[in-house]
Amino acid sequence: MQPAASTFSDDDLHALVNAHARREGPLLPMLHDIQDRFGHIPETAHEPICNALNISRAELHGVISFYHDFRKAPAGRHVLKVCRAESCQSVGANAVADAVLARLGLEWHGTTANGAVTIEPVYCLGLCACAPAAMMDDRVIGRVDAAKLDRILAEAGA
Amino acid sequence: MRIFLPMDSAAKSLGAEEVAAALRAAAPEAEIVRTGTRGMIWLEPLVEIEMDGVRHGFGPATPDDVAAILDGTSTKALGPVEDLDWMRRQSRLTFARVGVIDPLSLTDYQAHGGLAGLRRALGMSGQAIVDEVKTSGLRGRGGAGFPTGIKWQTVHDADAPRKYIVCNADEGDSGTFADRMLMEGDPFTLIEGMAIAGIGVGATQGYVYLRSEYPDAIAVMTRAVEIARAAGLLGADVLGSGKAFDMEIRKGAGAYVCGEETSLLNSLEGKRGVVRAKPPLPALEGFLGRPTVVNNVISLATVPVIFEKGAQHYAEFGLGRSRGTVTLQIAGNVARGGMFETAFGITLGEVVNDLGGGTRSGRPVKAVQVGGPLGAYMPVTKFDTPLGYEEFDAAGGLIGHAGLTVFDDTTDMLGMARFAMEFCAVESCGKCTPCRIGAVRGVETIDRIAEGDPAALPLLADLCETMQDGSLCALGGFTPFPVMSAVTQFPDDFARQKEAAE
Ligand SMILES: Cc1cc2nc3c(=O)[nH]c(=O)nc-3n(C[C@H](O)[C@H](O)[C@H](O)COP(=O)(O)O)c2cc1C
Ligand code: SF4
Ligand code: FES
Repeated sequence: MQPAASTFSDDDLHALVNAHARREGPLLPMLHDIQDRFGHIPETAHEPICNALNISRAELHGVISFYHDFRKAPAGRHVLKVCRAESCQSVGANAVADAVLARLGLEWHGTTANGAVTIEPVYCLGLCACAPAAMMDDRVIGRVDAAKLDRILAEAGA
Repeated sequence: MRIFLPMDSAAKSLGAEEVAAALRAAAPEAEIVRTGTRGMIWLEPLVEIEMDGVRHGFGPATPDDVAAILDGTSTKALGPVEDLDWMRRQSRLTFARVGVIDPLSLTDYQAHGGLAGLRRALGMSGQAIVDEVKTSGLRGRGGAGFPTGIKWQTVHDADAPRKYIVCNADEGDSGTFADRMLMEGDPFTLIEGMAIAGIGVGATQGYVYLRSEYPDAIAVMTRAVEIARAAGLLGADVLGSGKAFDMEIRKGAGAYVCGEETSLLNSLEGKRGVVRAKPPLPALEGFLGRPTVVNNVISLATVPVIFEKGAQHYAEFGLGRSRGTVTLQIAGNVARGGMFETAFGITLGEVVNDLGGGTRSGRPVKAVQVGGPLGAYMPVTKFDTPLGYEEFDAAGGLIGHAGLTVFDDTTDMLGMARFAMEFCAVESCGKCTPCRIGAVRGVETIDRIAEGDPAALPLLADLCETMQDGSLCALGGFTPFPVMSAVTQFPDDFARQKEAAE
């Protein structure tokens, strides 16, 4: 489940930032915590982070944009990741992905109109011996086919 | 009654939680022990029931099978698990406990040999610890196969107020899952290995950089570190020795290149995960500029058994300069996929046909990609190549992290070559032009080949040469392996497209 991004206070934000500020290499744990809490890295978080770590806004932006995980805007309520890597391709992952994208009428990284599900590509989930693989939020799914994903998407409200 | 059922994420992905719920409902009085996986992924979820002290397997199990499994009439009965061919043929050293014990029970861990290695190491000097690793012949299992003892020696000899052990748990290669399986199935082994490394080289702090795509492994490792700290295995006074070592789990953020060790260190420091030029070696100037051992999960998790059984015992396994065991990960279009730990020297054909049972689709094998997205596509004609670092190198391939992805004869190798370039373009850290721009050009060039442009093939070969020569790290430098192996081993797939367009 992606947490609601609607309400958060400056106090929450500062608490999250301060919790990590004295660790070695604090930025990634900080960004992960902020995203876990708010569903994305809100603009309002930039200044407190930069102040706490004594880095420039440009540096922070560079880091956030480098990593696939960090979002500038909230995702849907659920995130479905479908593996596109070689082992999954060897057992039909491309066809599965095409079918799911077509069913949802989305491109990769798109979100359903009702905000239920965002669909993203992923490159290997370590489930290569029971491929093709996917992951709905933190729930792993092996040997997926279009029917299995349909069921899971329906459960998620897509 | 004692029942064992994996909580490994491969087992979960195939319905282990549903089977667990059915077992709890049908046999509320039974003790259900959650374990790692034995590695026979085609049999997951694999239920094991203890009868007269022997564990009998049933799988692949569904909730509907539970009643019959419990009353002894199941058609999915496999007999004693340890007697299965797949298990008997292995030499499980690193993975001895995985699938056997409760991963989060330190009592189980010690009852199965855990901590014997660390206790022995605590009685040795740092130099003696490093020498033991050298004698074992252990080479890095993350890809490059660099001798682990030599790396440790450099860090040991470096004079610095603070040193680090960093475990590379970024496991981004398609076809690999041994790190995940180890961390979910026997996390204390990795902790013990890192502690031995720390005591050996004089490092007091460790980090595990664990990819965010592995939420289950992150949860198990995090809990295991807490348990280890509470038990005095980690902290200011490791097992009462007066020596300090502690560690933390750090989550990656979805960048493949962060598996490259210098990119990983930048990421751990909170920077963009761009690759650093070497020298300086991370062993001298690593995390925060301090001497740092960076080792793969399997390299570090193999250290405890080396100290428990002795370096010589470990070195007796293997082939040529590849000592010890290799943890093969058999994946993709294969009938029996999973993890198989064996001495180096087994041939590729034995692994794919004999162990793997050929393709899952039942069609002929076309190619096997060994070593992840930067590894070559090996045709069936190379199936007599023995698994060994030098042997694979001579055959134009690499072992890498020892993942094998099997493809059947319906595979379009031009498509796979294109994907290799596309992946490199998506994941490039952007530091060097041949990789950043070259990979994009590579995709375009392969598209031209697909459209029947005969001039594009030599262009692709040129481009690959440029990438190979002009890239700082193996992402740009080795992407030509899958691409050019596809071109040279499967020329029809590149020519046929041409004819189709004429
Ligand atoms: C693009 C790229 C990705 C890599 N990914 C990993 C990885 O996921 N895990 C790993 O252990 N090593 C990976 N490596 C190899 C590391 O750079 C390094 O050699 C390794 O962590 C050293 O540990 P070892 O000596 O125990 O193998 C990668 C290298 C490159 C160039
Ligand atoms: S080869 Fe690619 S990934 Fe490696 S350093 Fe150069 S640009 Fe970065
Ligand atoms: S390649 Fe898809 S899970 Fe590994």
